[in-house]
Amino acid sequence: MAKYILKRILTAIPMILIITIICFTLIHMAPYDAIDSMTNPKMSQETIDLIRAKYGYDQPVYIQYIRWIQGMLGGNFGYSIVTHQNIADDLVARIPNTIKLVLPAYLTAYILSIILGLVAGSHKNKWQDKLIDGLASIGIATPTFWVAMLLIYFFGYKLKVLPILGMHTIGLESSFADYMRHFIMPYIVLTLGFLPDSIRYVRSSTITQYAEDYVMVQNAFGASKKEIMFKHVCKNVLLPVITKLGMALPMLVTGAIITETIFGWPGIGPYFIKAIQSMDYPIVMAILVLSSTLVILGNLLSDILYCVTDPRIREMG
Amino acid sequence: MEQKTKLLEVKNLNTTFQMQKNLVKAVRGVDIHVNKGEILSVVGESGSGKSVLMKSIMGILPENAQITAEQIRFESNDIQNISKEQQRKMRGKEIAMIFQDPMTALNPLKTIGQHLCEVLIRHRGMKKAEATKEAVEALKKVGIPSPESRLKQYPHEFSGGMRQRVLIAMALCCNPKLLIADEPTTALDVTIQAQILELLQELQEKEHMSIVLITHDLGVVASLSNRIVVMYGGLVMEEGLTDEIFYHPSHPYTRALLHAIPKPVTGVKERLEPIPGMAPSLLNPPSGCPFAERCNFATKKCLEGLPEYRKYSDTQRAMCIFTDEQLDQMKEKGEGTHVKS
Repeated sequence: MAKYILKRILTAIPMILIITIICFTLIHMAPYDAIDSMTNPKMSQETIDLIRAKYGYDQPVYIQYIRWIQGMLGGNFGYSIVTHQNIADDLVARIPNTIKLVLPAYLTAYILSIILGLVAGSHKNKWQDKLIDGLASIGIATPTFWVAMLLIYFFGYKLKVLPILGMHTIGLESSFADYMRHFIMPYIVLTLGFLPDSIRYVRSSTITQYAEDYVMVQNAFGASKKEIMFKHVCKNVLLPVITKLGMALPMLVTGAIITETIFGWPGIGPYFIKAIQSMDYPIVMAILVLSSTLVILGNLLSDILYCVTDPRIREMG
Repeated sequence: MEQKTKLLEVKNLNTTFQMQKNLVKAVRGVDIHVNKGEILSVVGESGSGKSVLMKSIMGILPENAQITAEQIRFESNDIQNISKEQQRKMRGKEIAMIFQDPMTALNPLKTIGQHLCEVLIRHRGMKKAEATKEAVEALKKVGIPSPESRLKQYPHEFSGGMRQRVLIAMALCCNPKLLIADEPTTALDVTIQAQILELLQELQEKEHMSIVLITHDLGVVASLSNRIVVMYGGLVMEEGLTDEIFYHPSHPYTRALLHAIPKPVTGVKERLEPIPGMAPSLLNPPSGCPFAERCNFATKKCLEGLPEYRKYSDTQRAMCIFTDEQLDQMKEKGEGTHVKS
């Protein structure tokens, strides 16, 4: 098992390197230059060249890449072109906010989807299944921003019970109740956003397991419905679901971009969107690399989880 | 001949499946009985209803199956009259079943020991430690070497033959009175097939249980079984003692089946003789004899309605309008030989 995990870690490293190259190349190929966001058309060519030389954009691409990657490895993500602030500092301030929102929402959706998915899957084609699956279908078809708008309209505008923007009321930064009031709407939107997909995943996984021969065999050996469900089917269903947990790792950073932006939640979402709008390339690149690295780490994590839970893979080594 | 006591007696069992808007009649009024301590073989092609018949008796068909029967008597109780919960408790304890494909019959995430212990704890009320000890004994009984260490292994670490042995051990660990073996050797290679069948026979003698062996291979059952039931199109075509079936087959289908068994004679190259045609669809089964379409001797009368059973002895009956003598005569005259063009 250790050998397998080591092998997976060793293959992850070159992948991350390749991803940084792809990110860098794509941004480099984008129609606008970082220089465009620092200059204006009235400036003379000499001034522009000076600025270009100051930031190192006059160097060949590979030199630029090597400098950039050196900085990244040393924890120096560069500076925002627009605000001239240290990106690493910004990220450190903002990522916890995103995690505070995404983690509870994802865990709620995760647990709810396991329960609802198992119920639906084990009652295939009965009313429980039709209800849950029907709602999940509607949920998939509903865009999160629309749900967010509806909530804002009803609870924020009509009923005026919940604040519609931000994380704290100014002056009440240390009040937990105030935080919860801000937290509840984006939390619901995000949970509803994560939920339907997971429900269908668990449901179809449950249905597949119930169709397996071993279920019929257990039936023939007198296992009760409960025993089949909890002692046999559950374990087999949860296996792929556990691995999904690993895959959700990048969500912690990029899982709520739209929701955060709508609710003015001071996380990565609005920061990223603003950076894209103002062509703040260092920030865009930093977040791209960060989230794709998390995708790879998430895959690695789910491989390891698989390895720990499935005896068939544990063997392979 | 001594009157044997019947362990299981089923009368007029019908099983239909609801498939979307269609009704599939898989078993159509079957009478069958199993005597105490015998091996009964149920023989037939794929789709003849033999597996469905046995699963109906076990009560493990999916929910879209409808089962009606005049009687399904096991020992002194009619299974239809006892509660679902009691039926469940009978499964694996009084009647056990093993299946065709040992590769998929075990839960891949549970060890062999867990599989065995679960059954022991459920039906014999054992504690974990006691059950583990018993599981070791059960594996020994079916000839699995070093059972103590094997208990901790997972199904994927076992070969097909070994998994079938595990399933047999699971089936036997509650000393069932009836073991239903649904094509237990189909998925195994030939040498292992013989081993498993030998094992079944040996255990049957030792434990004095009855076995119903479902198979499509008449050759396999010849040496093993006391009686044979031949099924086709959801019906029993012929039933009789093994000798009666092999030496006085009285139904054209039985004869065709026997004819299709390859007879290896050294130096002689002989073609296999299959039964031409396909088994009938059970969606709209023909109103007449289901075999008529493929039968060498079929007449108009065969298509009109199901023939009555004709009794040849206390133990043998066949569903055909002709007697075995008539069939012999027709064959001699060459009337019946199928036009092989």
